Amino acid sequence: MQEPVTSALAWIPLLPLLGFLVLVTAPLFSRRELPERLIAAIGAGSVGLAALLTAVVAFSVFRADASAVLQASMWQWLSVGTLQLGMDFRVDWLTLVMLLVITGVGFLIHLYSAGYMRGEADYRRYFAYLNLFVCAMLLLVLADNLVLLYLGWEGVGLCSYLLIGYWYRDPANGAAARKAFIVTRVGDTAMAIGLFLLFREFATLNIRELLAATSGATLNDPTITLAALLLLGGAVGKSAQLPLQTWLPDAMAGPTPVSALIHAATMVTAGVYLIARMHPLFALSETAMSAVAVVGALTLLLAGCSALVQSDIKRVLAYSTISQIGYMFLALGVGAWSGAIFHLMTHAFFKALLFLAAGSVILSLHHEQNIFAMGGLRRKIPFTFICFAIGCACLAALPLTSGFYSKDQILLSAWSYYHGFSGIWLAGILGALITGVYSFRLLFLVFFGSEGSASAHCEDANNRAMTVPLAVLAALALLGGLLAPPLQAVFGPEQAAHPATWVEAIAVAMPIAGLAIAWWQFRRRRPVERASALQRFLFGGWGFDWLYDRLLVRPFVLLARINRNDLVDVFYKGTAALSRLLSLLLSSSQNGQVRWYMTTLVAGSILFLALLVAL
Amino acid sequence: MTLLAIISILFAGGVLAWLSERFLNRGSRRIALFSLLLATALLGRYWAYFAGDAASAGASPWWDSLNLAWIPRFGISFHLAVDGLGFLMLALTLLMGLFGLVVTWRDIGFRRGFFYFNYLWTLAGVVGVFTAMDLFLFFFFWEVMLIPMLFLIAVWGYEQRIYAAIKFFLFTQASSLLMLIAIVALVYLHYSNSGQLTFDYQSLLAAQLPPDTAYWLMLGFFVAFAVKLPALPLHTWLPDAHTQAPTAGSILLAAILLKTGAYGLLRFNLPLFPEASVAFAPVAMAIGAVSVVYGAVLAFAQRDMKRLVAYSSVSHMGFVLLGLYALNTIAIQGAVMQMIAHGLSTAALFALVGALQHRLHTRDMAHLGGLWAVLPKLSAIALFFAVASLGLPGLGNFIAEFLVLLGSFGSDPWLTALAAAGLVGAALYALLMMQRVFFGPLADKTGRIAGVADLHPRETAALLSLAVALVFLGLRPQPVFDIAEPSVAGATAKLTAAGLEGKSQALEQGLQTAAHPGWPESDRAGGETP
Repeated sequence: MQEPVTSALAWIPLLPLLGFLVLVTAPLFSRRELPERLIAAIGAGSVGLAALLTAVVAFSVFRADASAVLQASMWQWLSVGTLQLGMDFRVDWLTLVMLLVITGVGFLIHLYSAGYMRGEADYRRYFAYLNLFVCAMLLLVLADNLVLLYLGWEGVGLCSYLLIGYWYRDPANGAAARKAFIVTRVGDTAMAIGLFLLFREFATLNIRELLAATSGATLNDPTITLAALLLLGGAVGKSAQLPLQTWLPDAMAGPTPVSALIHAATMVTAGVYLIARMHPLFALSETAMSAVAVVGALTLLLAGCSALVQSDIKRVLAYSTISQIGYMFLALGVGAWSGAIFHLMTHAFFKALLFLAAGSVILSLHHEQNIFAMGGLRRKIPFTFICFAIGCACLAALPLTSGFYSKDQILLSAWSYYHGFSGIWLAGILGALITGVYSFRLLFLVFFGSEGSASAHCEDANNRAMTVPLAVLAALALLGGLLAPPLQAVFGPEQAAHPATWVEAIAVAMPIAGLAIAWWQFRRRRPVERASALQRFLFGGWGFDWLYDRLLVRPFVLLARINRNDLVDVFYKGTAALSRLLSLLLSSSQNGQVRWYMTTLVAGSILFLALLVAL
Repeated sequence: MTLLAIISILFAGGVLAWLSERFLNRGSRRIALFSLLLATALLGRYWAYFAGDAASAGASPWWDSLNLAWIPRFGISFHLAVDGLGFLMLALTLLMGLFGLVVTWRDIGFRRGFFYFNYLWTLAGVVGVFTAMDLFLFFFFWEVMLIPMLFLIAVWGYEQRIYAAIKFFLFTQASSLLMLIAIVALVYLHYSNSGQLTFDYQSLLAAQLPPDTAYWLMLGFFVAFAVKLPALPLHTWLPDAHTQAPTAGSILLAAILLKTGAYGLLRFNLPLFPEASVAFAPVAMAIGAVSVVYGAVLAFAQRDMKRLVAYSSVSHMGFVLLGLYALNTIAIQGAVMQMIAHGLSTAALFALVGALQHRLHTRDMAHLGGLWAVLPKLSAIALFFAVASLGLPGLGNFIAEFLVLLGSFGSDPWLTALAAAGLVGAALYALLMMQRVFFGPLADKTGRIAGVADLHPRETAALLSLAVALVFLGLRPQPVFDIAEPSVAGATAKLTAAGLEGKSQALEQGLQTAAHPGWPESDRAGGETP
């Protein structure tokens, strides 16, 4: 039984890779562009098959045995000195959850894309990038050593860059794409240094060996703390957390299905996966744990506040993604590992749903994204409205939705981790209120009230390829709360949190209060685009872009510009100029005038004689 | 004999190419191609050696050697030998030579015969540099590769070719003078100590030098190699030479000639002066790390696309210097890998810039933009190599840079962290290049966009083969490490011995370098003497 299953493992990332290769090399073999149907079939089919394989693996091995572990070794990657790396895969329940989300949600989004991108000139390029992304993401979660993980990690970064800049003719998209890649690369570099440090201390980069080696370390060992913080650096970059969150809102320049897959459901949660995967290391350092929790808490509040005032439908969702990942970090920081992964899973469902539904709205309105131009759409595109409403309810964590189960678990864990009231818990509760407000503000502005300027020419753009994924995701988002993955085998038993009833009551009440506030605000007046200073500040994401621009970007560009011609070369150019000057001086003495020669001869002789006499 | 045959074929091919163009007015390209193919095929024999009985040969790191008396009076011999490291460098030289030839097949419009004469003679000189095991012979080949390269730049170059050629010549010549002095001094010191007058590499390895002198001699070699590498602050010839050289010349320079500097450090500097190298290592590592960042910042600021690629070389070769002087196996293997990977990726980038210049007659990125729409193939391939250049995992450059950084972290974490910042810098300039040339709205300031043709199948095939090679190096790099292992182990063993002694004892006592197993005395037995 094991044998075929392990070889199936290799095919899971290989299938999307093959899809990518076929799509990319197609022009080498045929002069004509492939038909759209074929491209979509290759692109979505390869991921669909991978999803099928994953499901088979899950049912055949993991359904019965929650502590099962599968391993597959492809080949010896490199063996230099003491460094041994293999192309090795390892699957436990944590990886399996990620695999299911990536291939499952990934397949649905591929399917949706087939409809959404119809008629685009670069249809093939789009699916090629998307397939490559899925492959890299799968490698990231399958990796048994940190370098292979890093391969996937950077690979998804590249695909994110390519897809944000997919509409390359607009320089703004290119700028957003570069920003995404470079900001995350700052984090990645920190992570790489973390790997170097871990290797120096423990002489291995295999995840299991590393965790086994660290298990003997004392609590709060400074090296381990430093290594964990460096890994956290990588995680905050990829997952758009403070202080590297600034790239994600701009990343919305990409096609909407891309935002759904990469910038909501999968890639941005890689940081959460990394920390969950390395959780024994983080658990060894109280500093690292509180750093993770504080980063999460601050991010979820900051991003939530920014989401309150955005006017672009996708940017609201982007900030809400940052905020929700903040919840996951908060969960990790209070040791609620499975809570974080559970929220990752449900978030993937409902955020993908929200983005895809938003994509339908945008397409129906002929690429209008301003929510103040929308309104009253619930009658025009009812199916999209239902999906979006479900998504908003889950995002706000209304009771009985999937988001409720996972977020509730996090909030209760935060309470019990600190044995009662704490700033972290308070941030989570406040965040829940804010989430409720901005989710329903979005829903009301887009679908309720009177029609906005763009609503008039709304045509329902949903086609079959788009409605099926939406329906499936809506079902998953509603019922995902029942699918809590059995992660005890990975994270060890976590005692269930049973705080006082009033604590639970507050957690339940917050989203509903948020809903009420949003409704009250919406009813009170038709909001117009007007901005107080505070709103502008929040709208711009708390001025981080401004700060980084002044603090880093401009000085760097200025410095580079000053040094464009390489100051070092001045020295050599100076030397050259000096010798040319000397040559000029000396050659000017060779002027061919006998009188001048006589004079210098005499002068020289006198000087020489004088020197002789003097000495 | 094979080594001699390879060198002779290249020399003879060069002469033939010249003659045939002179008298028949054609055929020089084919002769050049044929002689390169023949040389490559001959080199292929060694591959069989490695795949076959490398393990059984075991004791000797030398795969083949040839030792003829040349000027016996001064102990100068014509001693060629190849080991794993040499083989890798030779393979890189010949294959990149082929690549440069094929990808610029139609570029040279005038004095073609003389061009290919210079092209092949440069390659012959480089092959000599990578195989010479006699310091005098090494110096001889070091000069041989310089002069034809000078002509390539000065005759077929772009706008400022004379300036660039002279600058290139002066830097290389001045620095190699220092090396010559160091060589002579080394031989003389060895002679006065042991009574044996020889320029032979093997014998000089055992030279006993006073530490102070050794340090100065090491610096003499280092400067010559650092200029070639190039390392800060001796790098300023490079952007001019690379930018002004014709495409094929840039490919030779970047892919091959720079590697002679790195090779020299690994082959000569480290083993000949282990104690001095250990003492000098922090400085060299600092130079390497600073080069990485400085080169990246300069590349970022350029407007000229070719200059950008040239400065990226400074950055990438900084990793080589950093890795070599980290003085441990992982970092040195990384440096070796970087030599190969940088050769492939940068050669491809130069070929792409050349292809653009050939089509649009500009390298100024302010006049380019949005080319993806009209040149999808070229743009996609450029994207691949730009991404390789920024060190994306899965490609050879990543393996190289990762190993260098991983290895040097143990030696000096702060400098490693500084060099790691170069990874961000690489992303900055590589992506900026992509944006300014291939993305954005289509710019048509040159007025040539309309009829421009995408890559020729010949160019596509050449570039794709490099791409495949980089992917292979990224995913299955082990053969390279296995081939280089004995050479690297030889160097590190000597350094470790020196390092340990340097730590435990006073410097004077560090003289007695422990004989190590990697370099047996019986090497010459394998050579073919007439």
